[in-house]
Amino acid sequence: MARFIIRRLLQMVGVVFVLSLLLFFWLRSLPGGTVSAILGERATPETRAALTKALGLDEPIWVQYWKFLTRALRGEFGVSTGVLPGTDAMTIFLDRLPATIELSFLALLIAVVLAIPLGYVSARRANSPLDSGLVVVSLVGVAVPVFFLAFLLKYQLSVEHNWFPVSGRQDNIGCTRVTNFFVLDGLLTREFDCSASALKHLVLPSVALATIPFAVIYRITRASVLDVLGEDYVRTAESKGLNARVIRGRHVLRNALLPVVTTIGLQTGGLLAGAVLTEQVFNFGGIGNALAVAFQRRDYPVLEVLILAAAAIYVIINLLVDIAYAVIDPRVRTR
Amino acid sequence: MTATATTPSTNRHGDEPLLSVRDLRVTFTRQGEEPFTAVDGVSFDVRPGQTVGLVGESGCGKSVTSLAIMGLLPRRGNRVEGTATFDGTDLLRLGSSEMRDRRGRDIAMIFQDPLSSLNPVVPVGLQVTEVLERHRKMSRKAATPLARDLLKRVGIPDPDRRLKDYPHQMSGGMRQRALIAMALACAPRLLIADEPTTALDVTIQAQILSLLKELVQETGTALVMITHDLGVVAGLCDEVNVLYGGRIVERGGRHELFGQPRHPYTNGLLASIPRLDAERAPLTPIPGSVSDNLPWTSACAFAPRCSQPVDVCTQRTPQLEESGSRALRCFNPVGGPR
Amino acid sequence: MSPTNPMNRRKDRIDDLAATSGGTATLVREAGTVDEKPGVSLIASAWKRLRRNPVFLIGAGITLLFVVLALVSRVIAPHDPAVGYLIDQVRPQSNPVPGPQPGFPLGADDAGRDLLSRLIVGSQQTLIVGVFATLFGLAGGMVLGILAGAFGGWVDALVMRIVDVLLSIPSLLLAFSIAALAARPSQLTVIIAVAAVQVPIFARLLRGSMLAQRHSDHVLAARALGVTERAVVFRHMLPNALGPVIVQSTLVLATSIIDAAALSFLGLGNPNDRQPEWGQMLGKAQTYIYDYPHLAVYPALCIIVVALGFTLMGESLREALDPKSRR
Repeated sequence: MARFIIRRLLQMVGVVFVLSLLLFFWLRSLPGGTVSAILGERATPETRAALTKALGLDEPIWVQYWKFLTRALRGEFGVSTGVLPGTDAMTIFLDRLPATIELSFLALLIAVVLAIPLGYVSARRANSPLDSGLVVVSLVGVAVPVFFLAFLLKYQLSVEHNWFPVSGRQDNIGCTRVTNFFVLDGLLTREFDCSASALKHLVLPSVALATIPFAVIYRITRASVLDVLGEDYVRTAESKGLNARVIRGRHVLRNALLPVVTTIGLQTGGLLAGAVLTEQVFNFGGIGNALAVAFQRRDYPVLEVLILAAAAIYVIINLLVDIAYAVIDPRVRTR
Repeated sequence: MTATATTPSTNRHGDEPLLSVRDLRVTFTRQGEEPFTAVDGVSFDVRPGQTVGLVGESGCGKSVTSLAIMGLLPRRGNRVEGTATFDGTDLLRLGSSEMRDRRGRDIAMIFQDPLSSLNPVVPVGLQVTEVLERHRKMSRKAATPLARDLLKRVGIPDPDRRLKDYPHQMSGGMRQRALIAMALACAPRLLIADEPTTALDVTIQAQILSLLKELVQETGTALVMITHDLGVVAGLCDEVNVLYGGRIVERGGRHELFGQPRHPYTNGLLASIPRLDAERAPLTPIPGSVSDNLPWTSACAFAPRCSQPVDVCTQRTPQLEESGSRALRCFNPVGGPR
Repeated sequence: MSPTNPMNRRKDRIDDLAATSGGTATLVREAGTVDEKPGVSLIASAWKRLRRNPVFLIGAGITLLFVVLALVSRVIAPHDPAVGYLIDQVRPQSNPVPGPQPGFPLGADDAGRDLLSRLIVGSQQTLIVGVFATLFGLAGGMVLGILAGAFGGWVDALVMRIVDVLLSIPSLLLAFSIAALAARPSQLTVIIAVAAVQVPIFARLLRGSMLAQRHSDHVLAARALGVTERAVVFRHMLPNALGPVIVQSTLVLATSIIDAAALSFLGLGNPNDRQPEWGQMLGKAQTYIYDYPHLAVYPALCIIVVALGFTLMGESLREALDPKSRR
């Protein structure tokens, strides 16, 4: 088990290392190079030369990479040029991370809480009208562009009916900040109206963000439960006359949920990308929002830190999921 | 343990049948397909303490028979007719919760592949204790020593450690022993074993069979042994039913049946077993396969593969005719008509 | 009875047999398990079941309609999608989007161009984005996959490591990053960005299924029978490895159209809208979405229906080609 974790950690370090290489070359292949990216197209040759020297772009490529790497390890990615001009890119990332974690967590929670029971019921009544209906819903869920769904929800429930706030993370009611997780902050400081307001702002974006993970987790659960229901050990459990509850929990779900765990981990990547679109629609102020603006305004320092961080988060979460898988699957754990 | 457990083994064959199957018929109906009758009017009795064999090739309906008796056939897509009277109640008419109460307590079952029949993510110990928890209303704590004793009784060494093991940590033979322990946990009066040794190595097969033999003799449990393996039948069964195409074609005591097979199919099964002292008789396999069958409704299903067919075999349905302890469904039996 | 009595001998033999239990007796043939007719290939039997699968028929029907629409769109579109016929009705402040009127059943966009014609002709570019993104992705994946598979060893390890790293970046984020590289975004850069995301997926898929085939029993059997290496690869490995690739391709057709829309939404799409594309139309409609939602709803519905068609087809293909489900 320990060896498994160490091997996966080493793998992760390797992945992040190669990722930094890719990112490095990505920056160097930007239109017009880094200098144009920072100065814009209209800079004079003198200022260009000065900046080239200042950035060390006249040095050999491996020296440049080494500097980039050490800088990145210290969290120095430079100053934002588009999202919040003048602010350190790393600070922007750290300031906005809690918002996106809050949003993604709630979205994943909605997806999992709905998808697993519905997937189970669907498999139990395979080919019933309920099952077919849910399968169609899940297929449509994948076919709808996330940002369009976000717009639709916002238009119907916020603009037309005013049931939910149109944008932002919280009403301006003078809340104390502790962790920047607004829901948590409200609970910590006993400003419960702050938590309520933050939750209200979270509903629509997280529902929109939840559709694709819901559809994917639902279908994996359904397929997995269908597989397990046909297994011999479920028949054995039936032959022992066990209660339906025990058969469902201990013999069907405990086996069927193993592949679902991995799928949930893989969905976090989609959540990060989806957050770019949903946060943009709801002007949510998380890293997704920052990414969208950074892409539009070509804010490279911010893009650098956000993309590296997004990939690192994704890799770490999947490492945790793999460990969790090993813990819950005795065939891996006791090897 | 039930009262029959104390009955001396010499006097195990009581008169009242424990399980009495009459005219069991299982038809699979799938949308867009012709209904298929897998079991076609099967009747047999099992007396307390008796071991009865159901023998035949795969597809002859022997496993479906056992699943129908246990109420383990899929809820949809099949029709079960006839009766299976166990201890005065027709199992086929029981509601699902009443059947659930009996399964594992009065009737238990052992399956073919011990690896796939055990839940891979639940410790073996819990898979034994859960039966006791369910039917004996014991706590898990109280059931654990019993589970350990059961594992010990089925010959699993170091049972304390094995309780916590998962199926993948055990050998094939040990897994089958664990399955037997689960089946015997509540001392059922009837045990159905569906090809319990097919998936095992030859040496392990012998061990498991002698274990089963020993256990049913010890506890007085009646056993229905389902197999395609005549060796298993010969070593274990008091009475043998030979199935072909969903119907019983011959029935008899073990010695009668093997000593004097009357149905050409039984005879063929015996002739296809290689023998060491066979300087004269060559190995004769039964030609063809189950897919050559004729419908029972207008002929003998076995006729196309039969070694000695007569005209009537393809024109009329042979009936199962009983004479004493034997029964036969054939127009032209081996050794001529009696 | 004397021991020479044949009847008795047989009985003894059974007893002996029972003592050694089974073994040779298991030679009693396990007949009747094979009910599949010989010579029916995976593809043929898949087709036989697909023909009667309503999910596949709906998916294939939508796909067929979409392709036909794309082919004849220029002919059946009532107006030129690039000409601002109603430009004099456009008032940027008070009335930026002319409403429905005779000859323009869905009204016009903010440049006075007929919305219906743009939707009809938009099918063409949408199909092009989907097909080319899939083809590029497939081609890239094949190059990497075959490179890894053919050389093996450290080339395989290196290529697959890079593929793994690419897979560790959330796919849409990767598409955004690649699209952001383009100095002058165009339809081609959109296609490349969307296709690049699929390269690692196809590479893994191809290498994985080729590898699985290489070690499968039927390939080993073909080798053992002395079938030439070429025939093994082309007749035994490729056709069986192709199934998952075909399925993935149908699904990529759907995602690439949706991803292209997301790129347009973020301003990373093709800015030139003389040749309309649904994703682009949807992305650009965000400017007026609260006052004129129909500008977004029409292209969005088109995308949803077409994506659903591809997905239905892909999912039913997956089911049909999966040998596990051939019960």
